[in-house]
Amino acid sequence: MLLRHTPKEVAERTALTISPAKTCQPIGAMYAALGVHACLPHSHGSQGCCAYHRSALTRHYKDPIMAGTSSFTEGSSVFGGQANLLQAINNIFITYDPDIIAVHTTCLSETIGDDVHQIVTKAIEDGKVPDGKKVIYCNTPSYVGSHVTGFSNMVAGIVRGLAASAGTKTRTVNIIPGWVEPSDMREIKRIAKEMGVSIILFPDTSDVVDSPQTGKFQMYPDGGVTQAEMALTGDSVMTLALGAFASEAGARQLDISFKVPFEMLDIPIGLSATDRFIQALSRAAGVEIPDSFVAERGRLVDVITDMAQYFYGKKIALFGDPDQLIPLTEFLMDLNMIPQHIVSGTPGKKFRKGIERVTGDLFETINVKNGAQADMFLLHQWIKNDKPDLIIGNTYGKYIARDEGIPFVRMGFPILDRVGHSYFPTVGYTGGIRILEKILDAFLNHKDATCSEVEMELVL
Amino acid sequence: MIRPSNDLPDPAKIKEEILKQYPPKVARKRNKSMVVNDSKLNQEIQSNVRTVPGIITQRGCTYAGCKGVVLGPTRDIINLVHGPIGCSFYAWLTRRNQTDPGPDGENYMTYCFSTDMQDDNIVFGGEKKLRQAIQEAYDIFHPKAIGVFSTCPVGLIGDDVHAVAKEMKEKLGDCNVFGFSCEGYKGVSQSAGHHIANNQLFKHVVGLNDEKPKGKYNINLLGEYNISGDGFEIDRLFKACGINIVCTFSGNSTIGAFEQSHMADLNLVMCHRSINYMAEMMETKFGIPWIKINLIGAEATAKTLRKVGEYFEDKDLQDKIEEVIKKEMPAVLKAQKKARARTEGKLAMLFVGGSRAHHYQELFKELGMKVVSAGYEFAHRDDYEGRKVLPTIKVDADSRNIEELKVEKDPKRYKPRASEEKMNELRKKGLEVSDYVGMMPEMADQSLIVDDITHWESEKLIEYYKPDVFCAGIKEKYVVQKTGIPLKQLHSYDYGGPYAGFRGAINFYEEIDRMTSTKIWKKLKAPWLNASAESSLRAEYVSA
Repeated sequence: MLLRHTPKEVAERTALTISPAKTCQPIGAMYAALGVHACLPHSHGSQGCCAYHRSALTRHYKDPIMAGTSSFTEGSSVFGGQANLLQAINNIFITYDPDIIAVHTTCLSETIGDDVHQIVTKAIEDGKVPDGKKVIYCNTPSYVGSHVTGFSNMVAGIVRGLAASAGTKTRTVNIIPGWVEPSDMREIKRIAKEMGVSIILFPDTSDVVDSPQTGKFQMYPDGGVTQAEMALTGDSVMTLALGAFASEAGARQLDISFKVPFEMLDIPIGLSATDRFIQALSRAAGVEIPDSFVAERGRLVDVITDMAQYFYGKKIALFGDPDQLIPLTEFLMDLNMIPQHIVSGTPGKKFRKGIERVTGDLFETINVKNGAQADMFLLHQWIKNDKPDLIIGNTYGKYIARDEGIPFVRMGFPILDRVGHSYFPTVGYTGGIRILEKILDAFLNHKDATCSEVEMELVL
Repeated sequence: MIRPSNDLPDPAKIKEEILKQYPPKVARKRNKSMVVNDSKLNQEIQSNVRTVPGIITQRGCTYAGCKGVVLGPTRDIINLVHGPIGCSFYAWLTRRNQTDPGPDGENYMTYCFSTDMQDDNIVFGGEKKLRQAIQEAYDIFHPKAIGVFSTCPVGLIGDDVHAVAKEMKEKLGDCNVFGFSCEGYKGVSQSAGHHIANNQLFKHVVGLNDEKPKGKYNINLLGEYNISGDGFEIDRLFKACGINIVCTFSGNSTIGAFEQSHMADLNLVMCHRSINYMAEMMETKFGIPWIKINLIGAEATAKTLRKVGEYFEDKDLQDKIEEVIKKEMPAVLKAQKKARARTEGKLAMLFVGGSRAHHYQELFKELGMKVVSAGYEFAHRDDYEGRKVLPTIKVDADSRNIEELKVEKDPKRYKPRASEEKMNELRKKGLEVSDYVGMMPEMADQSLIVDDITHWESEKLIEYYKPDVFCAGIKEKYVVQKTGIPLKQLHSYDYGGPYAGFRGAINFYEEIDRMTSTKIWKKLKAPWLNASAESSLRAEYVSA
């Protein structure tokens, strides 16, 4: 047994987190900044933070993740990190020539109170930022929120640093996709194109962290929202913000700065959330929904009706990030599955409310916890007390799945041991089919591997 | 592609080209960390100094060296990280240290423990939460030991983890609790963390159990972390020779083994950088001599086993060792010959760790490959130039902040295991007794040594040398591969291995043969792009 010391009895903990269902803010900021074209993320803190974040993102995407660090020493921790950041900005522009540096802070620089705004202003005054180049930034104290909060903060930082208005309103719709995979961002762009809607998607990590192998390394790959595109976001007719935890702050910032109204939506995971997204996009842009979407939707519904017997009544344990878990839970409800245990390390009351919204009467019967001590240790204990038919979550879930003999579907961050998430979306109707395929594979592989020889079936 | 050796670019020119790109101040600093090797000169390489901010380094932090590297592989200590959640999360199962607790043994390595500090802990202090977290860990798991690791904010807000650890140790009674001041900002790399880990293990654990080990030839293996089961292969060989490993620091280790480790008669030091402190302290306090060894590469493995035989001066042991080597070598040579048919003459580069960039050159030598450039991520001058330079290393402000334990002879338990005369004799035989010759003397002249290599430098080195394989870590993996060159990870082994010992050597030969012969590297370009490149070349030729 891999997790042999996990007792069934749940004892209350108030200080100890065991096997978290979250990580810290700066990694989210680094990921978001990669979604800006020719932008080098920069970690203002000890160099270990940057090394850990780059490693984690690299393991998840199997692609280059470039970023700089201020390489704090004990001296900078005592006297402040201004000298390090000024030096870093200068060295980065001269040596690596990005268009933009996106600075995020760490628990170290936050604890000592470094004022990044002031340091960047000084860098500009000192002539360390070449003409036409930009340094954008945000605060990401690791002791607040989670990796999702860091993503959200950098999205707001991108808006503060790069959004502008040329003065003429357009029919373009801004879409903030939240912390989703490059495949999902690509799919959202495809959906908009199919609908004939002009959008600006940001951040956009497609063609950045799923870059092609051509034998030529590009430090700044082709993808990412461009400065020119960001400079038009203030003129857009509306912003659709997908997922309150990752995207609301950026949308709100655009509203404050440029009076671009926004609508909060769930990430379009599954049938109902995609229905709402498609309709919202059509409303925002003032276009009709093309018939092709009826067919796309129909294909998803077809798979559900064809295979409904395998979904009905199955109990699911889930863990991950709020913006994904809420629409995913709703999708499970659409499939007549029973979300049984749900855990997210990311704090915030909106999570419980979101789960309540999508589960309705069932809510009272579900184990739901997020924030402090809402960790995978607790989830495992719940699972020991009431065994689900399936676990959905990031790679760390495989230890529980193996110990308990429960089928397991990988979704979320990080996925360290499988590929596919970069290339095959889980958003939209087509993404819904991929989720179904994964769930069915997990169930049916389990059945094929464990059923008696007498019960072995050719057709399922 | 097989290259004639004279086909290599001039490293001095490469260095000049590389430095041109940097701001003058950075160029001056990096200049001292890049050396064109010349065995006739006593060359100095700048190392273990601060990384230039913004330069894109491979390096991590002190916490990573302490918790991740040294303490991470021990299965029955609860490693509780005091800080915001990330530090503990990123060090959770990511280093591939295998461990074998058996069906009923304790194993906490699959769990991740953290105090998950919040903003109110930063403002009002986190000691109360730490105390409570230790209590909760004890109540749930009843472990033999809990190690507490400080992350950056802990040192800044002044939480006294050592006082809390001491208090909780007394309170709990049957659980050893000890702290590590391994804040990420200390030192200049992971290296400071190794030192801190050595110190605290030595202070709080080593020497707690005086029980005599059962073996005839009792040794400790220091600086072996059982990545992908390296340690299991080594255990197999030592067992076959009749050598008893009392404790490995720290692959597949237990706190019990640490406690008894001072009862061994010889320390074998594998990764000099991360563990030499422990070897020295054990020698001073308990009289256990140490020798530098290497178990990466078949020849190196055989040499290491023979060193142990010589040390114990026992004919039976030496015969047994020869028998084991004789039994193992045919399979090794067969695999070597097979791989070598394709690997001979190919080029490799290694930029990794504090000893691996040296050790793995053995394997490339056995494959007939040439290492044209190499360097460490976090090593010191002694790892490059040999311990002979230790007296000349200037201790700077960053190193001075790392505690040097004052160790003295244990009044009761100090027992010199071998006379000074004998040790000198062994020294003469080239046993590297209390010594390490370092990487540079063992590298060819004109190879380019680069310490703490930057992204810019590795990109240019690849462009100039076009190596057949590049060795580094996960952050560099896909960067290098996007240039069309395979990268072998020497931290995680790309989820392959083991590579230590004889079976490990066979695995490595096969792996490098596979990597450098994989067809896909020749198909990176779309065929129509290749065609157009060829036709434009033809057009030029015609017009000329």
